[in-house]
Amino acid sequence: MYDAPQLGNAMDQTTTKISARNVQVHYGDTHAIKDVNVDIDAKTVTAFIGPSGCGKSTFLRCINRMNDTIDICRVTGDILIDGEDIYDKRVDPVQLRAKVGMVFQKPNPFPKSIYDNVAYGPRIHGLAKNKSELDEIVEKSLRRGAIWDEVKDRLDAPGTGLSGGQQQRLCIARAVATEPEVLLMDEPCSALDPIATAQVEELIDELRSQFSVVIVTHSMQQAARVSQKTAFFHLGNLVEFGDTTQIFTNPQDERTQNYITGRIG
Amino acid sequence: MSAGLVILAVIAIAIVGFFVGRSRALNSAGGDIRQLHSLPGYYGQAVFLFSAVPALLVTAVWLILQPMMIENRISDMILPTDIAEGSSLELIMADVRRISSGLDTAVVAGALSEPEIETLNLDNTDVRGVLAGVGVAVASDIKPNVLDASVAYRAKTAAARGYMAVVSIAIALVGFAVALSLTKPDYRARNVSEAAIKSLLVLSSFVAILTTIGIIASLIFETSNFFRMYPAKDFFFNLTWNPQFTGGSDLGIIPLLWGTLYVSFVALVFAVPIGLFVAIYLSEYASSKVRSIVKPAVEVLAGIPTIVYGLFALITVGPLLRDYFAQPLGLGQSSSSVLTAGLVMGIMLIPFVSSLSDDVINAVPQSMRDGSYGLGATQSETVKQVILPAALPGIVGAIILAASRAIGETMIVVMGAGAAAKLSLNPLEAMTTITVKIVSQLTGDTEFASPETLVAFALGLSLFVITLGLNVLALYIVRKYREQYE
Amino acid sequence: MTDVTPTTSILTVDDRTRRRNVAEKRFRTYGVIAITLAMLALVGLMTSIFSGGLPAFKQTFITLDVYLDPAKLDKDGSSDLEKIRKVSTFGYAPLIKKALEEQLAKPELAVEGLKSKDAAKMISKEGAAEMRRFVLANPDMIGETVSFKFLASGRIDGYYKGRVTMQSAERDKNVSPQQLQFADKLKDAGLLKTSFNWGFLTRADASENRPEAAGLGVAILGSVYMMVIVLFLALPIGVAASIYLEEFAPKNWFTDLVEVNISNLAAVPSIVFGILGLAIFINFAGLPQSAPIVGGLVLTLMTLPTIIIATRASLKAVPPSIRDAALGVGASKMQAVFHHVLPLAAPGILTGTIIGLAQALGETAPLLLIGMVAFVREYPSAPPEGFFDPAAALPVQVYNWTQRADPAFVERASGAIIVLLVFLLLMNTIAIILRRRFERRW
Repeated sequence: MYDAPQLGNAMDQTTTKISARNVQVHYGDTHAIKDVNVDIDAKTVTAFIGPSGCGKSTFLRCINRMNDTIDICRVTGDILIDGEDIYDKRVDPVQLRAKVGMVFQKPNPFPKSIYDNVAYGPRIHGLAKNKSELDEIVEKSLRRGAIWDEVKDRLDAPGTGLSGGQQQRLCIARAVATEPEVLLMDEPCSALDPIATAQVEELIDELRSQFSVVIVTHSMQQAARVSQKTAFFHLGNLVEFGDTTQIFTNPQDERTQNYITGRIG
Repeated sequence: MSAGLVILAVIAIAIVGFFVGRSRALNSAGGDIRQLHSLPGYYGQAVFLFSAVPALLVTAVWLILQPMMIENRISDMILPTDIAEGSSLELIMADVRRISSGLDTAVVAGALSEPEIETLNLDNTDVRGVLAGVGVAVASDIKPNVLDASVAYRAKTAAARGYMAVVSIAIALVGFAVALSLTKPDYRARNVSEAAIKSLLVLSSFVAILTTIGIIASLIFETSNFFRMYPAKDFFFNLTWNPQFTGGSDLGIIPLLWGTLYVSFVALVFAVPIGLFVAIYLSEYASSKVRSIVKPAVEVLAGIPTIVYGLFALITVGPLLRDYFAQPLGLGQSSSSVLTAGLVMGIMLIPFVSSLSDDVINAVPQSMRDGSYGLGATQSETVKQVILPAALPGIVGAIILAASRAIGETMIVVMGAGAAAKLSLNPLEAMTTITVKIVSQLTGDTEFASPETLVAFALGLSLFVITLGLNVLALYIVRKYREQYE
Repeated sequence: MTDVTPTTSILTVDDRTRRRNVAEKRFRTYGVIAITLAMLALVGLMTSIFSGGLPAFKQTFITLDVYLDPAKLDKDGSSDLEKIRKVSTFGYAPLIKKALEEQLAKPELAVEGLKSKDAAKMISKEGAAEMRRFVLANPDMIGETVSFKFLASGRIDGYYKGRVTMQSAERDKNVSPQQLQFADKLKDAGLLKTSFNWGFLTRADASENRPEAAGLGVAILGSVYMMVIVLFLALPIGVAASIYLEEFAPKNWFTDLVEVNISNLAAVPSIVFGILGLAIFINFAGLPQSAPIVGGLVLTLMTLPTIIIATRASLKAVPPSIRDAALGVGASKMQAVFHHVLPLAAPGILTGTIIGLAQALGETAPLLLIGMVAFVREYPSAPPEGFFDPAAALPVQVYNWTQRADPAFVERASGAIIVLLVFLLLMNTIAIILRRRFERRW
């Protein structure tokens, strides 16, 4: 972060980072997201849960306008980050995505060295004045990604040569290297084994101190473990949104209840 | 009996065998096909195969061996004194074959009778005249020994044909009988017939290998003949190409190789950037509507025969370049030039480069693009820094394949590059290539067994080796690349 | 929402992003330029060929009433066909000249300074030969006046196609402005007409100095013969080889060798196949030069890799469950392949074959080496003997004509390309229709 808004501790807990108003998404003829309204807090981990095809990933991809890359996708409604509409005509999605980083379902390191993978974002956004600054950013990001100790001796090795869990942490390091304010994670652990999953979850918890994290997950246990807030999506609707403990212990909606107890999903 | 008749007879026996075999199988099972191991048709097929295959194989071998053996015998009848200055035993034997087939024609035409031929000699008949009368021209005067040899050749050939007919038909009949005796309900006729079909399939897959062997053998054989007449060192290192009808030619490959590489280089300079950008635009930027128009149009470019490109170079591009560039700039007077051929060949290679690059660019997984866009990269940054580096081996493979195509291309350079072998850097000057010279040396009027003609085979071998090397290299690179994403 | 003003607003585009967007636009423009260049090349190519070649399908004819003078054609009046046959085309030329003289004598057609000798040059040299053929077929017409539709000579024909002008005629020793004036008058009188040139598709090639009579008949026939040979050899061999490699071959060094071999053969320069044809089929096996059989064999070898690659792809596309189903009811492997897999793969195989044939049809270089550039005036006889007769081939005929001096042949060459392209278009359309109609997605 360049200069995080410092508004005192009391405010910090209630700062709304992202707010969505009447968001609708159409994929061609399919109505994928129906009228979603949600406020996502800063420096919190928010989990999106729900059965497959419920639109949680689609909504996540709206937040950094990744859906722009799909021709047939149409988004209406407003999504505001820090009060600014990201679908405003003046917004350049390229600039937005530097501010809203994303980690994908499958680890997708570029076929480049570990160093170049992490340095890619800072390079294209011009975040480093010189080589030594870049080195610093790379080291800092890899440390934030909790992978520095494992790769510091082989920064020139290809990123594709790492194990699955390491690759995903590398991708997280790559995402935080552009100093985003929001970090979107689309089922970041679904391709990982339990041990790697545990490491990544631990990392997500640490990231909370600096970023607003939004994570889409299939696993309710994971949502319960890492998130403070949880949103439940069903058939394109945001059914329920609230504190994670409340959602899991005392859901208000019957559909949420059914999903939590395994009756739908 | 002619070979064709023998083959027909064998096939006729085999067809009869099919029906006899089938009905015998049915009879042996008392008309109930459930008693048979295989369907009745398979028993018929088995008999067919037993009758036809061995007999036809023997016939084929016989047809190949017979002329060799007979010629071996006959050539003893030709004395060294019969071989004129500048001639050879092979040429005389060619005459012998010619005269004996001419005698056949004469008999058919009624100009000679069989008894006349037996007593034929040069004193009582004007053999040359008789042969000319039936349309067979014999070049030189016929010597007595040559005539005798021809008559003997004819007699032996006829006798051998007779033996062949007897042997082949006998083998067919034996096969027929054996197969029929095997035809019993528990005989595994289907397995026999399927084994035969399978060997046919195997044989077909040999054709590809035989083609390669044929190419290599013919190239190497004639090239070694060439190097016997013309030193290999001169061929590879001589800097001039200047064939003479009278002999004493300079046949150095260097100027041709230079022309080939220069034209190919110019072609690639045009084709690679354009083809690559077409592929990038189509796979990363174009709307589906643009793609649906441009892609087929590029494919049309790929389907156009090279002769069309050649004509385009000859009647349009060449004169255009000459009138608007070469002459005003004082760089050349000829409409055929390296630039003409290179430019047109570049057009030909655009679809080649773009479709191969399109394949490799599409093979880069979408997750790579997502990763890059997710970090806030623009499309061009993603293409330049993620997709192209990831697809690089595949693209390099495509460019190498395109280079191999350019080097082996013939019609465009024949019609667009010129015929003068030169070592020059001026792209507006006419130069020539290996393929142009292969065509001109092999379609010229020079005698086949002269170095001026045979050099084409040495050029062909060089071309084959160069393109083969490039192809193998490209295949290796592309294969390695595919493994990366599988 | 709280009133937070972040230090970097996403609503204002910073300088760096602006620069990056400019670079993005530039890159995209490169792509558009590349596509434009490729399309321009295609358009230029087509325009050049069509504008140059379409006139070849039109031809100028001069209609003349010629008196078949018995004094010239049948001197002793015996009506003996053998004797009439002795009169060569040179004997017929004066009759045409005389017929033209009559026209020149008419006041409305008279052109000052045009000698009848020069007027006669306006009619193709082929005219006398045509007349002779007519007389030999109808000897009883001698003594009558018959109306003939003669080909105009190449230059007169060129005049009506814009290739020859009054100015160029003054410098040309083969044509004079007076001849062109006379031609214009003949046109006004309705004796000179331009009509569709069927002869271009049916006639044989003609010699250097009568481009107007040159046609593609022999070349089309030769190409068709070769395609027939390629189809009947390459399809069965290619399919058989593919079935073996795809369905039966064990994975070992030998099949690896065959596979590498096939993919390499597909990339061997076509001229090398020509050398192979010359060395093996002509020099070694003693087959005749310029014969469709040799061309067909060479093209077969060239087409095989294409067919094998296409066939293997369509065999691969048939799901293994089909094979399992057949084997499960007790069919042998061979029966499973021939009864089930092959019919399902047939559309793909056919499409690949047609595309292979289209490639073979346009192939030129190897045919040059096996002597198909020779000047062939006679139509080959019917197959199978005709396979061994000398013939031309479409693309080679194009090359042949470009090597001649008279510019009228360039028009013919472009016209021949149009014919070739029409054939290719037809074949590819059939392939596309087959693919659309029968393509199956599993």
